[in-house]
Parts: sequence; structure tokens; C-alpha cells
Amino acid sequence: MGNGTSIGRVRGLGSSHEGTHHWLTARLTAVGNLVLITFIVVSLALLPDYSYATVRGWVARPLPSIALILTMINTFTHARMGVQVMLEDYVHEEGGKIAAWLLVNIVPFAAAAFGILSVLRIALGGA
Amino acid sequence: MAQTRKARPISPHLQIWRWGPAMLVSILHRITGNGLAFGGLGLLLWWIGALASGAEAYQTFLDWVWLGTDGGLQTVTSLLGKVVLVGLTWAFFQHAASGIRHLILDIGAGYELETNARWSSLTIVFSILLTIAFWAFVLLR
Repeated sequence: MGNGTSIGRVRGLGSSHEGTHHWLTARLTAVGNLVLITFIVVSLALLPDYSYATVRGWVARPLPSIALILTMINTFTHARMGVQVMLEDYVHEEGGKIAAWLLVNIVPFAAAAFGILSVLRIALGGA
Repeated sequence: MAQTRKARPISPHLQIWRWGPAMLVSILHRITGNGLAFGGLGLLLWWIGALASGAEAYQTFLDWVWLGTDGGLQTVTSLLGKVVLVGLTWAFFQHAASGIRHLILDIGAGYELETNARWSSLTIVFSILLTIAFWAFVLLR
């Protein structure tokens, strides 16, 4: 990490070698979640009923489907980082760390892919 | 050395501490966040997956999580489903309020003891009020 000069600090990016990227991404996705989840919660509360036709019809509209796809990316990114920090705090054995590393790097991506595909199936009218 | 010494302040210690608003809100942020990550996102995927799969799958989701139409085990899960859904909305409002508090703390504001305790307590008031307001609106309108 250099000898304390500014350029040295930038080159090394600290002990994690990624600077404040994790911290900043957590904040960015937090703000994104505030907007997206508020939109979804308010929209769902305002639906006239929760029948299949009504709810599916709502999801199929452009703005809700875009919001839901962004939600799948944004919430899973945010949740992945939060769960990672939690596991870093509580899991101390090597085996557990490997399991946690696998969980945090595989499950959120698979889950988000499933969520995005589901929204697309509804939005594009396929069965 | 003869002078009497005043009682020294006791440092926080693993076994010597008491709950304060900031501590409570801090651990609630982690609990609600992880609850939303596993419970909330899990339920979100079940919901959107069922909705994409067709009317029958969506009805199955509703029956197990909310309606309990077929009785038996569904009676139990639909009751649990209501508790979990109300819990998740509270968790969202608590995590959101606490998160906004963190964004403010990140710019270096709100660290004075009294201010910090007040805003910590207010996140809890906010989350409980909004949970009540949300469900009152959905169920009573």
C-alpha cells in the first residue's frame, strides 16, 4: 500500500484491494431498493384485488415489469452483500468459510436469474 | 494517597452493559436485513414464479401462504404465512428506516448521544406505524 502518499493509497486500494467498492455498492443498491420497493409496495396496496388476472395483468405492464426486473438485480445484489458481511462476522472455520463463499457467490445469481425469467415470461406473454 | 477516590466510570464490558436504542436498532438492522434476504426474497421468487407458471400455481401459492383453502396443513401454513408477511413488511420498514439513518450517519451527522438515541427510537416508531398503516389500508379498504 505504498508509503502513505495519495497515489500509493489509490494503487493498493487498502487491505481488501478493492477500495470502498463493497461499501459504496451497498449504499447505491440501498437507495435503489428504497425507490423500487416503495413503488412495488404502493402499487400492490393499490391493486383492486389479488386475483390471478389482476396481479398478472399488473406485472405484465411495462413500468411494473421493468421495476420488477431491476428489483431482481438490485435486491439480490444488496442482499448478497449484507449476507456476506453477516457470514464474515459469524463463520470462523475454514469449511464454513468455503460453504459461505459458495452460497454467497452462487445462490443470489441463480435466484435473480429465475426471478428475471419469471417476469419476462409474464411481460412477453409466454406461458 | 490518602484522598478518597471518586467512583470511576465503568467501561463497557462483555458482561457489563445494558440495552440502548442504538444497540437495539443496530442488531435489528442485521436481523431484518437477513430476514428479508432469505424469507422476503424467497417468498418473492415463489410469488413471481407461481404467477409466471399459470393460474393453478398462483392459486397454490395463495392457498398455502394466505387462504388455507384445503384445510389440514394449509390451515397452519396460511396462519404462519400471515405472520411472516406482516413480519416481512415490518422488517422492510424497519430496515428502510434504519438504512436511511445509516445514510445520514455516513455523512457524519447524528452522533451526539441524545440525537443518536432519539433517531434510533424513531426508526422503531416509524416501522411499527407504517406496518399498521399498510395492513389497515390493504385489509380494511
